[in-house]
Amino acid sequence: MLLTAYLLAVLAILLAWPVPVALSRARWTSRSPFAAMVLWQSIALGGGLSMIGAMLVYGLEPLGDNLPQAVRRALGIVVGNRSSDQLHFWHLFALCAAALLGLHLVFTLGLTYARITTQRRRHRELLEVLSLPSGAIERTLVINHPAPVAYCLPGGSRSVTVLSDGLMEALTPGELSAVVDHERAHLTQRHHLLLWSFEAWRQALPWLPTTRLSRQAVSSLVEMLADDVARRTAPDEVLVRAIALVALGSAEAHAGQGGSPSGNGTERRTEPGMPEEGEASLASRVSRLLTPQPPLSHAQTTAVLAGSGLLLAVPTVLLLAPGLFS
Amino acid sequence: MASLGELERSVMDQLWSTTDASTANELRDRLAQSEGQGHEAKDLAVTTVLTVLSRLEKKGLVERERGTRPHRYRAISTREDHTARLMHEALGTATDREAVLARFIGSVSEAEAATLRRLLARG
Repeated sequence: MLLTAYLLAVLAILLAWPVPVALSRARWTSRSPFAAMVLWQSIALGGGLSMIGAMLVYGLEPLGDNLPQAVRRALGIVVGNRSSDQLHFWHLFALCAAALLGLHLVFTLGLTYARITTQRRRHRELLEVLSLPSGAIERTLVINHPAPVAYCLPGGSRSVTVLSDGLMEALTPGELSAVVDHERAHLTQRHHLLLWSFEAWRQALPWLPTTRLSRQAVSSLVEMLADDVARRTAPDEVLVRAIALVALGSAEAHAGQGGSPSGNGTERRTEPGMPEEGEASLASRVSRLLTPQPPLSHAQTTAVLAGSGLLLAVPTVLLLAPGLFS
Repeated sequence: MASLGELERSVMDQLWSTTDASTANELRDRLAQSEGQGHEAKDLAVTTVLTVLSRLEKKGLVERERGTRPHRYRAISTREDHTARLMHEALGTATDREAVLARFIGSVSEAEAATLRRLLARG
């Protein structure tokens, strides 16, 4: 049991710091964003599982040779009023910490969901009175605003893509349909769920800078995945031109706002030692379209996916396999 | 009948077009006039307008002057202010809104624009 706890702790530390830092610097992620996305998810899940698991196993160590047996005895102490003499201060401390961390993660996930849902509902309500359905494009709303803006608002059957007047004027029909395809890909691939969980992760553990790194990586990968869907129908040059027109157009719109309270909107909260978020992701998004790299080979993709599976399987097996390291 | 969503939009358009507060009756008449051409707005009942107004009030778009009878309604802020707020959320410039919306391009700083221009010049 003690060895299991140490192994889980080592895994938790690896997944909390060196592994995400290395992955955020890796260059191959833009070649196979899907595999990279799977890997990020198993790092987050495996990391959380081993972090909680390490403390749980350490705390239950005196009660049994394996976790199921120890949990049964722990229940006996809690429910059946049996003696807890075997548990010393540090064991109880670890058990409380495991319970608190687990609850904290679940609670933050729920809280973030509630907050996001409220904001989306509010946004949708305003949108209903401020926008008009686009005549030409299905499930698309047009809002009267000079800056080129395109985004999607997820909400099950009520999901919509929102485009601004400024965008529709600035883009050719081909570029416009690339943008719409891109936004629809976000909706059909349920990217908002990924963004939500990694945002919750970041808010739950703000003191762990890698949660911010992983959220950035995931939001950048989500854009690449949506770009790849748009590329199926639009040539790369068209998509790049659309990205450039929207990015430069909205940069100008911001510059033009000057002294208004929203003028400082382009300022980013940066922390030392971390790469600038948007800059890196927008640049890598464009450069992979300008000079396309071949995707990872079949074997390499399989290796990444198998690695992701292992990251989840190892802590699970360590936790559940009875008497494995007793 | 037009859908509630469409009605909400038309009522807000009417409220935004004047600075004075209006009663539900006045709004109904103005809606009938503006959509008179072939639209069914003529059959619009005042109760429907009141329903729409109370929905808009709940959404925080409309306020009611309570002193008078019948109640008079006015828009809480201008169309431009509401649009600006939406665009803020959409561009992710408001704090901590990043996770809410996936947008084609988020807010772009001058440095990013420069990087982009450099990349495009090279490509």
